[in-house]
Order: sequence, then C-alpha cells, then structure tokens
Amino acid sequence: MSDAFRRRAVLILPFAWLLLFFLAPFFIVLKISVAESAIGVPPYTPLILVDAGGWHLHLSLGSYDFLISDSLYLRAYLDALKFAAVSTLACLLLGYPLAYGIVRAPQRWRGALLLVVILPFWTSFLIRVYAWIGLLKGNGLINNTLLTLGVIDQPLTLLNNAFAVYVGIVYSYLPFMVLPLYAQLEKLDPTLLEAAADLGCRPSQAFARVTLPLSLPGIAAGALLVFIPAVGEFVIPDLLGGPDTLMIGKVLWDEFFTNRDWPVASAVAIAMLLVLILPMALIRRLLQEEAA
Amino acid sequence: MITRVSPFLLAMMVVGYVFLYAPIVSLVVYSFNASRLVTVWAGFSLHWYAELWRNEAIQRAAAISLEIAVIAATGALLLGTLAGYALQRYRCFRGRAFFGALTTAPLVMPEVITGLSLLLLFVALEQAIGWPEGRGVLTIAIAHITLGTAYVAVVVQARLAAFDRSLEEAALDLGARPIKVFLVITLPLIAPALLAGWLLAFTLSLDDLVIASFTSGPSSTTLPMVIFSSVRLGVSPQINALATLFLVAVAALVTLAGRLLGARRDQES
Repeated sequence: MSDAFRRRAVLILPFAWLLLFFLAPFFIVLKISVAESAIGVPPYTPLILVDAGGWHLHLSLGSYDFLISDSLYLRAYLDALKFAAVSTLACLLLGYPLAYGIVRAPQRWRGALLLVVILPFWTSFLIRVYAWIGLLKGNGLINNTLLTLGVIDQPLTLLNNAFAVYVGIVYSYLPFMVLPLYAQLEKLDPTLLEAAADLGCRPSQAFARVTLPLSLPGIAAGALLVFIPAVGEFVIPDLLGGPDTLMIGKVLWDEFFTNRDWPVASAVAIAMLLVLILPMALIRRLLQEEAA
Repeated sequence: MITRVSPFLLAMMVVGYVFLYAPIVSLVVYSFNASRLVTVWAGFSLHWYAELWRNEAIQRAAAISLEIAVIAATGALLLGTLAGYALQRYRCFRGRAFFGALTTAPLVMPEVITGLSLLLLFVALEQAIGWPEGRGVLTIAIAHITLGTAYVAVVVQARLAAFDRSLEEAALDLGARPIKVFLVITLPLIAPALLAGWLLAFTLSLDDLVIASFTSGPSSTTLPMVIFSSVRLGVSPQINALATLFLVAVAALVTLAGRLLGARRDQES
C-alpha cells in the first residue's frame, strides 16, 4: 500500500462528510435566501424555472430588501453585537482574575481549581440557564434574600430584561474565556517577572508591562470564543430576555419556526455569517498557532 | 511561582467561583423542596423525583437523546480521529488549509446557522434523491456527528502533537506495517484523547437544543426539547430533580474518567 494511497484513505471519509454536511448546506442557505417565500412544500420558489420558453434563473433579493427596510432586523442585529461585545468584556473582567489566580496557585491545586471551572460546562447548558430563572425571578432567591435582609422593600426586576441576558451569556461562556487565558498564562516564564522585580518594577507595574502584554493571545482567543457564539445565541434571550431584548439568533428562529419564512430566515443567516466570518478566521488562526 | 497572592485576586477568585456555583447549588437544593414554589422552602421531600420517575414523556425523550448521543459520539470519534490524524501528520497535501478550516469551523459556528443550514440540506436532499426520508433520529445524529467531529479532531490533534514519534519509528524499523503500527502503538497511546473526545461529543449531543430542534421530526423529541418547552411554560421542580440527576451522572463520569486516566498514567510512569 503506497503512502499516497494511505493518505487518501485516511482523508476521504472526514473530508467527504464535512463537504456534504457542513459546506454544501451553506450554498443551499445562500440559494434559498434569494428565493421567494411560497406556499407549498418546501415553502420557497425554485431557483431555476422551466417553462415553454426554456429555463431561466429566478433570483430575488426580496428577503434582503425586507431585512434592510424593516428596522426591527437592523436593531436585532446591532443589539446582538452589543450584547455579545459587552458580555465578552464582562467575561474577560471576571475570567482573567480566575485564570491568573489558578496559575498562581500551588501546583498541586491547579488541576482541581481548573476542573472546578470546567465542570459546569459539562452539565446541561439549558439547565444552567434555567437555574438563573429561579435566582432572578420576582419572587426568586435573590429578591427574597434582599427583601428578608431589608436591603430593598420592593422586588427588583431582574428577569426578562437586558440584565438577565447579560448574566446568562457571561455565565454560560465564562469557561471559554478562562481556558485559553489559563493556557496562555501558564506558559509565561516566571523568571521574566523576577527580572522585572529586580529591575525595580512594582508587582502592579510588572503585571501591566509583562504579564498583560504576554497574555494578549489568550485574551484574543477567549474573547473570540465568547463573542462568536454569543452573537447567534438563541436560548438565553428566549428564556431570560424580555420583549425588548431582541437578538438576531432569536429573530432567525422565529422567522423559521413561527413565520415559516424560509427565505428570510436564510437571509438572516447569511447576514449573520458576513459579520462573523472575520472573527471566525481569526480564531482559527489563533487555535492553529496554539496547536503548532 | 511562589509569590504572595494579593487579597484583591483572592476576592475576585471567590466571586468567580461563587458566580459559577451559586445557581447550581440552588438548583440542587430546591429539587428536594416539598413545595411546588421553587423559591419557598417547605421541607425536605423526594416528591419531585417520584414525579419524574412517573413522567413518561421525559423518559421517552431521554431514551431518544441517549440513543442519538451514543451514535453521534461514536461516529464523531471515527471521523474526528481520522481528521485529527491527517491534520497533525500530513503536513502538506493539496487542500490542507481548506480541510483544516472545514474541520474546525463547526466549533465556532453559531448553532442557529448550523441547524438551519443542515435542515435545508436534508429537505433539498429528500426532494432530489428521496433520502433522508423525513427527519428524525438519523438526521439529528448526522448533525451531531458533524459537530462532534470538530471537537474530537481538535483533541486528537493536540494529543498527537505532544506525542513521542520514536516509538512508531522503532516499530516501523522492526518491520511492522503502518496499519499495525497505528493499531498497536499509536491508538493505545492516544486512547485518553479518544476517551475525552468521545465523552465531549456525547455530552454535546445530549445537551444540544438548537440544532436538534431544526433537524428533528415529529417522532424524535429529544430531552433538551422537552426541558425547553417545559421551562418556557414556567419553573418546575421536576426540572430541578432532573438537573440534579444529570449533575450526579456527570460528576460520576468525570471521576471515573479521571480514575481511568490516572491509573494509566501510573502504569506508564
């Protein structure tokens, strides 16, 4: 068996699978996004019409036109980017001290401390979001505690608003921030910090001028791993958000499942991809460098 | 690094861990609550576990989810191992960058896009060639294999990168055929990564709501879909009980995997 033949045998299965079940679907989404909604099975017009005069291409930019003309879509789009960006920043502010603290902990504790961060990730995502409903509700644990302690005398509105969505996203994606940060900080050579101290740097200066710049690749990877899925998030705005917290992922879901408008749902997906393609290329490059 | 840990850092870490675990602890505590109200403590009770035990819809959905997860994890393990092996070992072949991008893209693709695009593919395929007939366990499993392959490939690739190739070379020098080297040397050495990858793909499949909702049919309601529709109607202590069982299962699995890997490491050293 020749080397080239063996390579082909190893490659063919995953390559063919991914071409068929990952790449090809995007072309179908693109195709349907330029079709028109129609009553029938499936509910859109065909791309190629065949009639007495031969066949002709039937392209419609109606769905895209609809997305641009209805301000709801633009708002949902921008809001999703805002939710994702602010949540990413919050994840960084919460995740950096965690990752940094774990790296500074005694060697024998590190594994356990890291495992404890990842463990919630292994439990159901849906259930973790659900847990927050119980905490944030009008008569939920947080309100009840604050009322009992006398801090407030009216329950706070914590659920079904933007605040709850932020909490949900930060909570669900925090491990994605901590892991790359930890991996990056762990590689940091401690002698660099010693050198900085010898040269008269205070610890805070050493952090700002040595640790922070050297952890930038980890920050970038973590930020992208949180930001990209957060933009398309559906479950969190649906369960924790309210009527005024629109996100593009939820709009896509509703267009598809409630309005049954496949062309508009496809156009929304294409529009979402356009924004995410650059961050996705970036994270790929970062992960690649990590693997190499 | 042995340095003084600042009180600020310690406080931030405590905040971080409390934030991570407070919801989970409250979830478990209220699963043993006698009251239907999730927020008022009315004494210890196993009532909701009994209700769960009698809930046939949830059990049926759990069985379907488990079936899909086992198929998906096993398929993803096969494809992902091949993909990870090719990416790590074949440094240059035509289309390598493209193949690499294709393998890792599902990792970061928003679920709504993956779900929608796969459903549209299944519908188009059914129209064109009559396969797959309708949607159900098979289409969800295909979707989850695609997602899981990406995770397995990354885990396997990382393990192969940190791998001493001299053992393989020795076996080749001693006359073993490449396929035998792979089966006898490589496979056992990357076994921990394979186990981790399988478990990861299994959990992802068991946990997925969005992609499964797009690719499911009328007879294939998965557990997350049942949980989701019940949560949408309001908080139910039965879900708390289910979550607690889930946590126990995950903790047991992680401990078991840790033991297995620990035992292997002791053997190796």
